[in-house]
Amino acid sequence: MPPDLDPTHAPAIAASRLSKIYGRGNTRVVALDEVSLTVDRGEVVALLGPSGAGKSTLLTAVGLINPPTAGQIAIGGVPVMDGDRALVDVRAFRRERLGFVFQKANLIPFLTAVQNVQIALEINDQPSRPARRRALQLLDYLGVADRADHLPAMLSGGQQQRVAVARALANRPSLILADEPTAALDSRRGRQVMELFRQVAHEQGAGVLVVTHDHRALDVFDRTVEMEDGKLRPASPPTQTPAPSPTLHGNQNES
Amino acid sequence: MNLAAQDIRHNLGRFTLTALGIGLLLMIVLGMGGIYRGMIEDALVVVDHIGTDLWVVQRGTRGPFAEISRVPANLEHRLRAVPGVASARPFVAHTIQREHRGRPLRITVQGLAWPEDKGEWIQLLAGRRLAQAHYEMIADASLGLGLGEVLRLGKDNYTVVGLTRGMVGSGGDGLAFFTVPDAQAIQFDLPGEATRLERAARRHRAQMQDLGRAQPGLLDRGAGPVSGIPALGPPLVSAVLVALAPGADAGEVVRTLDAWADVSVHSRSDQRDLLVRGLIDKARRQIGLFTVLLVIISTIIMALIIYTLTLDKVHDIALLKLMGARNRMIVGLILQQALLLGAVGYGIAYQLGSWIFPRFPRRVLITGDDLATLAIVVAAISLLASLLGIAKALRVEPNQVLA
Repeated sequence: MPPDLDPTHAPAIAASRLSKIYGRGNTRVVALDEVSLTVDRGEVVALLGPSGAGKSTLLTAVGLINPPTAGQIAIGGVPVMDGDRALVDVRAFRRERLGFVFQKANLIPFLTAVQNVQIALEINDQPSRPARRRALQLLDYLGVADRADHLPAMLSGGQQQRVAVARALANRPSLILADEPTAALDSRRGRQVMELFRQVAHEQGAGVLVVTHDHRALDVFDRTVEMEDGKLRPASPPTQTPAPSPTLHGNQNES
Repeated sequence: MNLAAQDIRHNLGRFTLTALGIGLLLMIVLGMGGIYRGMIEDALVVVDHIGTDLWVVQRGTRGPFAEISRVPANLEHRLRAVPGVASARPFVAHTIQREHRGRPLRITVQGLAWPEDKGEWIQLLAGRRLAQAHYEMIADASLGLGLGEVLRLGKDNYTVVGLTRGMVGSGGDGLAFFTVPDAQAIQFDLPGEATRLERAARRHRAQMQDLGRAQPGLLDRGAGPVSGIPALGPPLVSAVLVALAPGADAGEVVRTLDAWADVSVHSRSDQRDLLVRGLIDKARRQIGLFTVLLVIISTIIMALIIYTLTLDKVHDIALLKLMGARNRMIVGLILQQALLLGAVGYGIAYQLGSWIFPRFPRRVLITGDDLATLAIVVAAISLLASLLGIAKALRVEPNQVLA
């Protein structure tokens, strides 16, 4: 088996010549222009660029939310998209392989923190009790176990975002996609979330692609790529990687 | 984890108010059916309980419950002579309206052939049955009369000696039971002056004819409508009730009576059919149509409510889809809420109806069959109403999370 099709060695993302075109004629907009991107397992990549550069379009295309107009996508060695044609059951694939974190936590308002994580597991056919146990473990891991039974409205922005991260991690995804996950957080909390991604990537071997405008925490990433006008700029060299923060768990008891 | 239950728990106040609204609507649907049942029950209360096999009425009429029927009281004697007839007794029925304690009082007067019929078949709430030939009455509680209360009707006073409950005529007016002579006296009561004027007019008409000059004594009774002056005409009753002898051939008796030119005969089931299909048929159809409209309105309102609840959750549904939730989970969320809303609404309708319907001026009769039918209708309404919401939910795209 070729290395890039071996599930254990294949890159988390292998996107080839992705294009996304909205409208036609005078209203034609090229959001992605033959973008190729690879994110390896265990690699944390920052996707930078000005507004309108196509970062979110790329993220949603890779996340099987918004199909590209052309190009191929393979995730964990599995070809998933060929142009706008899905090669797999995208919903099942998202359920089993992908984790999402957004600028807003997007928690379900009528579920408690633990239920918001638990639902991701139950959607993936986990029985209720083990799902709850796993959800509590994740909340504990993210330092919000004491808020497990609180509704989102009773959590601070940082706590909500950590619950959202826990939800994204719940099914041990091979790829985590995050769209400005720290935009609503202060710099300390933002950095903690980024470090968390890094930790998860390294511990679980998941690839992490993060769209961010926050240049203060770029040192956490293994690599940064920049987009402009729907195209990728030449890759930046890997940044200096700091040691994982020893206070990651202990400092997160945000009230 | 049951998402529908969690959502409802989170929005309990709104859900409760919505369910209350649905419940009130369903209560009206239930009530319409109950009013229809009540109408039938009311219409049949006398026919079903008075204990007779045949109703002998004025020729060509359908009996006292459908229209005015007049037969001579002495018809009962002719009927007793018919083979197979065990007993015959007169029956009077008419409706009057009087002022009582400053309010209109409508009474469906029923004349019983006392002493053969003292009202033993009437279920009394309080008091006793008719114990004398005159000046006593058994009244339904809906008339608002108290035990021992004296009511002046015509030229006489009648004392309420017994009370019943739930005995009203097909028009919804409470029944009051008198002896036949009293019921006739109430029916044919005329002011003294009217009697005198009518008598004078008859005499004048009679004197203008040969028959009057030859047989002046007959003229007083022969001229003019005999019902106008009871003192002068033979007493009239609404019907004569016939009980057949054990083993008698009902068909043979009916054939015999049908041969009489002055009467028509109806069996008890004929009377029931006449009442159900004739007297209350229009009301039944009107109520039926109104109930159908209410069901349609309930369905539309429920559909709008479910749709609105779904719209409120579009973002959450998009998120669930983004996380890979199957359609059955999304459909289940909406469907369960719709069914729960319907079930709670049904419960509220039942509880409220049980409390309110007995306070209605007319009987609202809720049967087990009606409750079961409504439960099925509510389930169907809930399913139908949820379709709009489900259609909306299935069209939600996961990328709406990003909106």
